[in-house]
Amino acid sequence: MLRTLRLFCVILLTSAAGGVLAQTEEPMTDAFDGETLILATTTSTYDSGLLDYILPDFEEMTGATVDVIAVGTGAALELGANGDADVILVHARSREEAFIEAGSGTARFDVMYNDFMIIGSADDPAGIAGMGNAAEAFVTIAAAEAPFISRGDDSGTHSKELSIWAAADLEPDGDWYQEAGQGMGAVITIANEQQAYTLADRATYLAREAEGLDLTVLVEGDETLFNPYGVILVNPDEHPNVNAELAQAFVGWLISDDTQELIETFVVNDTQLFYANADAGEEATEDEMLATEEAGS
Amino acid sequence: MQAKKPQKTKCWQPKKPEANLLGTFLEAAQEAIRLLLAMDPVLVEVLVRSLQVSASALLISSLVGIPLGTWLALAGFPGKRIATAIIYTGMGLPPVVVGLVVYLFLSRSGAFGSLGWLFTVRAMVVAQVIIATPLITGITMSSILAVDPDLRPQLRALGATELQTTRAVLLEARAGVLVGLVAGFGRVIAEVGAVILVGGNIDGKTRVLTTAIVLETRRGNFDVALALGIILLAVAFSINFLLVALQGKTTI
Repeated sequence: MLRTLRLFCVILLTSAAGGVLAQTEEPMTDAFDGETLILATTTSTYDSGLLDYILPDFEEMTGATVDVIAVGTGAALELGANGDADVILVHARSREEAFIEAGSGTARFDVMYNDFMIIGSADDPAGIAGMGNAAEAFVTIAAAEAPFISRGDDSGTHSKELSIWAAADLEPDGDWYQEAGQGMGAVITIANEQQAYTLADRATYLAREAEGLDLTVLVEGDETLFNPYGVILVNPDEHPNVNAELAQAFVGWLISDDTQELIETFVVNDTQLFYANADAGEEATEDEMLATEEAGS
Repeated sequence: MQAKKPQKTKCWQPKKPEANLLGTFLEAAQEAIRLLLAMDPVLVEVLVRSLQVSASALLISSLVGIPLGTWLALAGFPGKRIATAIIYTGMGLPPVVVGLVVYLFLSRSGAFGSLGWLFTVRAMVVAQVIIATPLITGITMSSILAVDPDLRPQLRALGATELQTTRAVLLEARAGVLVGLVAGFGRVIAEVGAVILVGGNIDGKTRVLTTAIVLETRRGNFDVALALGIILLAVAFSINFLLVALQGKTTI
């Protein structure tokens, strides 16, 4: 049974890598019937509706159920480190790499990206509208001591914000700088009420904008605002309970051409939220997978 | 940094005029009624799960809390004051701390990780039992202490056994014990900090009314969140009303 599962898993991964998923779809149906995959992810992928949009395809194909735990990036990585999740989908590159270096994860794959924006009231008291450099905009906000709401929750977005302050060579401090310690949606709400600036990911901003907001996008398009999402396999050697085969199948599916196309078609208010950028051939070439199979059997 | 005058923050001024705020509540109430009338399958599932989890927790908490509270009230032993103070402190346990501790125990890296209870309704019941038990114990204890202190010696003089005496005292205090049950149920059904941590708010598996409200709020669906809140209140009201009606029948 274990071998059969492994075989299916390998077929899935190799076909994903080779982009021939459509041809081999039939035999792997229900290969993981009744099994459960625990996916720890950030609130942005779940709250935006992306996972509800793409996951049914995986569940239908494998017969497995995906339990989504939507928390901050810090919490998601901690769940993985404790062996409470099988696979992790987050956005904080440096911390993802540290996670793998610590032995908590076995491999990381690019999945997609969206971007961050600096949003604030249309009045723009600090005058940052249209700036092409995020760090410069932060310097201007700090100089004006204009209210700024920070996530302050150790999330991927918070990490990004801190890296921009570091790039601006500033340590934000004072009444104007407020740490909310809450999720993106809540922080946008606070910024809206206080007409303050904040750093927001596009997906959550657009979802919230649909509900009515008095905030506008002031700075966007800077490369440092690039927000890449990575998927990480939790190390089964550390935690034997981790469903490594199903997790691998999930990653293979997530970076397959079909799923990547599916991600691109996810639209909220006529706007595409996530841009697929997996390089399926990068780490899981057909030869490598066959070699793995031989070694494993 | 040369400081200009700090920008005045418009702190928590409602963005919308009050008439619109009222409108929001009316819309939410309408949405709540619509969801209930339509017997929205997702809502029904979440509602039933909320009731199952909290009712299970209440049952276990009563089985522990009522005997424990009775014993604490009637028995004399050294350290009783400390035990009482601990129970009263437990009545105010912050749910999120309970959730964190339960998470750490049930985590795969924790002492009871092999049970595989994390992110299941069992973990949620465990957390709610820890939250409700001190409440039921404490209220049972104080309502028994409020029973006429002469009752026990009188019954003993009439030849009642210890068990019969305790039973009579407990019967006399039943209104107070019922208040404990109502308070315990109200606390756990409305609780969110612990269950979202140990349950994970998984769709179709561990999502309950309160965690659904958190999710919808995070998503900015304030009307749905508020509608769910109204439904939660309505459920709590119905159950309390039922219990109070029951109490009215038995006490006077």
